Amino acid sequence: MMSAFLQAVGYPGWALHALTWLPLAGIGGILLAPRARAAHVAFGWSAFLFVLSLGLWWSFDPAGELFQLASRAVWIEPWGVDYALGIDGIALFMVLLSTLTMPLAILASFRYIRQHEKSFYSLMLLLQTGIVGVFVSMDLLLFYVFFELTLVPMYFIIGIWGGERRVYAAIKFFLYTAFGSLLMLVGILYLYARARSFLGTPTFFLPELLGTPLSLTEQLLLFGAFGTAFAIKVPVFPLHTWLPDAHVEAPTPGSVVLAAVLLKIGTYGFIRFALPLFPDAASHSWVTGIMLALGVAGIIYAAWVAAVQPDAKKLVAYTSVAHMGFVIIGIFAFTATGLQGGLMVMISHGISTGALFLLVGMLYERRHTRTISDFGGLARVAPLLATAFVITALASIGLPGTSGFVGEFLALLGTFERHPGVGALATTGVIFAAYYMLPMVQRILFNRLDDPENRAMPDLSRREAGILAPLVLLMILLGVYPGPVLERMEPAVEAVLEYVEDGGGALGSPSADTSALRVETAP
Amino acid sequence: MTASGFGAGSVAQAVAPGGGEAFEPLLPGLILLLPLLGFAGNGILALAAAREGAAQVRSGEAGAGGTPERRLVHTLPTWLGPGSVALAFVLSALNFARMAGVELHDPVIRHYWSWMATGPLTAEVALQLDQLSMIMMLIITGVGSLIHLFSVGYMREDPGYARYFCYLNLFVFFMLVLVMGAGFPLMFVGWEGVGLCSYLLIGFWFEDREKADAGKKAFIVNRIGDFGFLLGIFLLFRHLGAVDYAGVFAAAPETFSYGDPVVTAVALLLLLGAIGKSAQVPLYVWLPDAMAGPTPVSALIHAATMVTAGVYLIARAGVLFALAPVGSAAAATVGAVTALFSATIALKQYDIKKVLAYSTVSQLGFMFMAVGAGAYGAGIFHLMTHAFFKALLFLGAGAVIHSMHHALHATHRDWDAQDMRNMGDLRRYLPMTWVTMGAATLAIAGIWPFAGFFSKDEIIWYTGARAEGEFAVLYAALWCIALVAAVLTAVYMTRLMVLTFHGNQRFGESEARNLHEEPVTMTVPLVVLALLAVFGGWINVPPAVHDSVFGGFGLLPMSEWLHYWLEPVTAAADGIRAAGAGPYSESAPLGGGEVLWAAVATTAAAAAILLTTRALASREVRPADESSPPEGGLARVLHDKWYVDEAYDRVIVRPVVGASRFAWRWIDQFVIDGAVNGVGALVRGLGWAGSLLQTGQVTTYAVVLALGALTILGALIF
Repeated sequence: MMSAFLQAVGYPGWALHALTWLPLAGIGGILLAPRARAAHVAFGWSAFLFVLSLGLWWSFDPAGELFQLASRAVWIEPWGVDYALGIDGIALFMVLLSTLTMPLAILASFRYIRQHEKSFYSLMLLLQTGIVGVFVSMDLLLFYVFFELTLVPMYFIIGIWGGERRVYAAIKFFLYTAFGSLLMLVGILYLYARARSFLGTPTFFLPELLGTPLSLTEQLLLFGAFGTAFAIKVPVFPLHTWLPDAHVEAPTPGSVVLAAVLLKIGTYGFIRFALPLFPDAASHSWVTGIMLALGVAGIIYAAWVAAVQPDAKKLVAYTSVAHMGFVIIGIFAFTATGLQGGLMVMISHGISTGALFLLVGMLYERRHTRTISDFGGLARVAPLLATAFVITALASIGLPGTSGFVGEFLALLGTFERHPGVGALATTGVIFAAYYMLPMVQRILFNRLDDPENRAMPDLSRREAGILAPLVLLMILLGVYPGPVLERMEPAVEAVLEYVEDGGGALGSPSADTSALRVETAP
Repeated sequence: MTASGFGAGSVAQAVAPGGGEAFEPLLPGLILLLPLLGFAGNGILALAAAREGAAQVRSGEAGAGGTPERRLVHTLPTWLGPGSVALAFVLSALNFARMAGVELHDPVIRHYWSWMATGPLTAEVALQLDQLSMIMMLIITGVGSLIHLFSVGYMREDPGYARYFCYLNLFVFFMLVLVMGAGFPLMFVGWEGVGLCSYLLIGFWFEDREKADAGKKAFIVNRIGDFGFLLGIFLLFRHLGAVDYAGVFAAAPETFSYGDPVVTAVALLLLLGAIGKSAQVPLYVWLPDAMAGPTPVSALIHAATMVTAGVYLIARAGVLFALAPVGSAAAATVGAVTALFSATIALKQYDIKKVLAYSTVSQLGFMFMAVGAGAYGAGIFHLMTHAFFKALLFLGAGAVIHSMHHALHATHRDWDAQDMRNMGDLRRYLPMTWVTMGAATLAIAGIWPFAGFFSKDEIIWYTGARAEGEFAVLYAALWCIALVAAVLTAVYMTRLMVLTFHGNQRFGESEARNLHEEPVTMTVPLVVLALLAVFGGWINVPPAVHDSVFGGFGLLPMSEWLHYWLEPVTAAADGIRAAGAGPYSESAPLGGGEVLWAAVATTAAAAAILLTTRALASREVRPADESSPPEGGLARVLHDKWYVDEAYDRVIVRPVVGASRFAWRWIDQFVIDGAVNGVGALVRGLGWAGSLLQTGQVTTYAVVLALGALTILGALIF
């Protein structure tokens, strides 16, 4: 019934365009509104966009085409750049994760952002356009434009509204990411040139690029270029050191969007572009070996480093690196279970780590400190906050019954299927997760409540409870009943794997079957 | 998510080839749902109470004021907490009656929804009802109900009363998931779920740092075991493509030959999980610390149910362990070593709960010995009787501590209410507790005809009978260890009883005036458990014993009932073990039959009780603050628990923390960031990126970026 209604209003035709560009319309509203109302306008608008995006759930047919709600139009004709959008089961959840995160992050800014509100909320909505654009682009250059577009607002959000060392953190974030994206740009252009000479016409359209014949050396170099850009974004150990600084200095909403969504662009990039475009490189034993090793190293190393952080926010930042390690091994195991697990970790991490940053932000707003040892015994004065904190922490360390477990379990199982040694090493991550998370929980929530400032701490306000409640519910819902999500992602996962296994369109097999990634293109 | 409704799921297998009626489970989902509802209800009340308490803290008025809401917050949990578990027990008992009324060969499985289905993996949310899960359900909900009832009296005054029942109900829920789940992943859900509840309840009084530490330690050490459990599941899936019991146990004997290295690895990995949860050597260290939790929690979680999950796991995966004789031998060895090792520590502890904790570790070792010898029924039998007498011992200890605490509190004396050196002669003040705990002591010591006599005898017998064929020498050695550990059990338990209830009275007369027997909600569970501790063993009297003097020459009823009851579950494993390792021997390693060795064991235990009583009678015990630990020698080593915690701290904890600091300070900050900052300094030297932010020229930057990109683009294309 819902899908019939959506069909009737033409939702599948305009949904992706609207979700990509409508955030910008919100900027107009913010600029027109009085300064004190900017936050409310931004929240209202992003909440509206979230509701709008829910239609995707019903419009997306789990048994339908691989790419749905697709459209393609010429953008820059002489260069063969298309304005092509579409989502598969993977992009579907990335878009939903983004549209959910944004209103919650904005709601969490109400108290925190006290200067240049209009600029701040405008940048947040600009960021949303970039993020959604990244996930729905079917054209490589269009993807790159959106990819760059996410960088700019984040740079300013950290650099202007950040903490004491915000300039350092912002520049570090910028340099790291820009370095990667320049490499990727070179790679894109090289691939473009090869495809043009092969096809005879210029194109950046992903399904057409997939057939480009490339030598193994070319593939390896191109994979290196794309892979470095994505690995920085993820971030993969040892390219992660921008992350703790960016997180610590960023304002709460910045950290939330960064953790919940921006990091996923890296892993999404691997799955959407680097793997299908360069399948022989991706499945080359050296590449796979290196990626698996870096993934495992990230899981263990980041967990250890996280465990000794005195700053709660930095601790959570390092746990992100560990979590993304599970995604990396899940991807590079090249099993359906592993990849599904990696995707579930991405979703779950978005929810639980986003919530952890929100919680740390709430503590900071109360005490103006993030040092773990400044807290203690908070469960006594702030039971709601403590309950949310404990559930979130448990979801983060993958307790069964929460979303974190489903992701980690599948990623590890899928990795173990093919690489038992790697899987076994990575599984030690479940021990180290307890080692970094539980001491923090104890030192913040438990132990004696002796600091008078802590004794006076208020519990969650309604607004704060409203921010956390949907996230906590999702952690449990996805942990108990992840079926509908897995089911929708499965065809996309199978398609990616098929691509990698069959060597895709590579190595002089120009007739390679690209049907797996074919789209219905609108005229 | 429960569209099909609890109890209305599709019946997958309910076949009774014997021609009898099929077993139709009665609302099995509701058995789980009831404690879950109790958890939810108590959770809401707990949050309401906690918010009220928080408001008091903030406004500066400490202490517990009695507002109207507070009373509601107090009466409702009293009904919700024990009520939901008691109803679950009634429902379990009804199902038990139904199951007992039919011939049931294959487990009945109820499917609810698909949990994780991707690629070749299917993990269902499905419940399995068979003879093994039924016994476990009865123990969990039955003993659980009694302990919930006891808690009403024990925890009533605590400001976290609702929160207590909230956690305790959640524990029962997860424990039921653990035993009712129809596959390894669902068992793992319960497995970690009970671990979570254990963590929350050990650290229930979270403002005490030591207690919070103990909870954390339990969780982390358990996760080491869980690591093994997970890998075991992964390995099973890798080779069998299945993770549910039906699939695994059907495929395993066809895929793995007897002694196959893969199945051996699976067994050893699952054993690691069991070692963590059941507190065996070398991962037992969390359990003694877990005594920081409220005493009824120790009774339920750390004695009767959760810690026995490892035994349940091995019994459930009997087919795999039977295929892996090395895995079984390892389980038996771990069990024997643990049984002896922790019994020695229990000899020299003064904290009444610590003695019981080490005793629990030791008794769990006996159960591991049983399942390691392939006697799965004997392991479950001892699990059951132990649930009765150890829960009783803990509740009794709780009653003692509760009374001592009140007495010391009334006289403002700064003494440890758990230290047995501060007690003595308590039988005069707590006669009911004394009698019931006495019965439990005789039961655990293995004195005829108490429950422990029969269950421990079975373990010792089967361990000895396994000493033929493969690993004969090993099992013979384990059998000797078992006999020694059984005698030590009698010694340390007698010591506990004498120090607590007999001898000279160490506290003063003013305390004595404040010592009272506990209210009826606390004594009723003691009496019921005492009856079970006395008679509970009679359901499984082996034929040889039954016909001898120990069976009253046939007077004791229900010969080997539990053995036959569990047979449909254990038959496959028994068959594999018998085919691979040969049948059990007819005599013990030193010759002699079951009756003879039962007589030897119970006589030795009785002698140990008498000798210990005599030895302690001639010694004057001094209160804790006037005594010092043993001077040196073995007594000192035992008193200090063989220094295992200290060794772990040096060898594992400190190196890991040190490595973590090294990774952060040196690798992250020095090596990686040093390189990055070097590049950064270079760029800042050019002076453009930094100045942009300071001048705030947003548009300049955007234009530069766009132009730059377009320039490169253009240059490459044309």
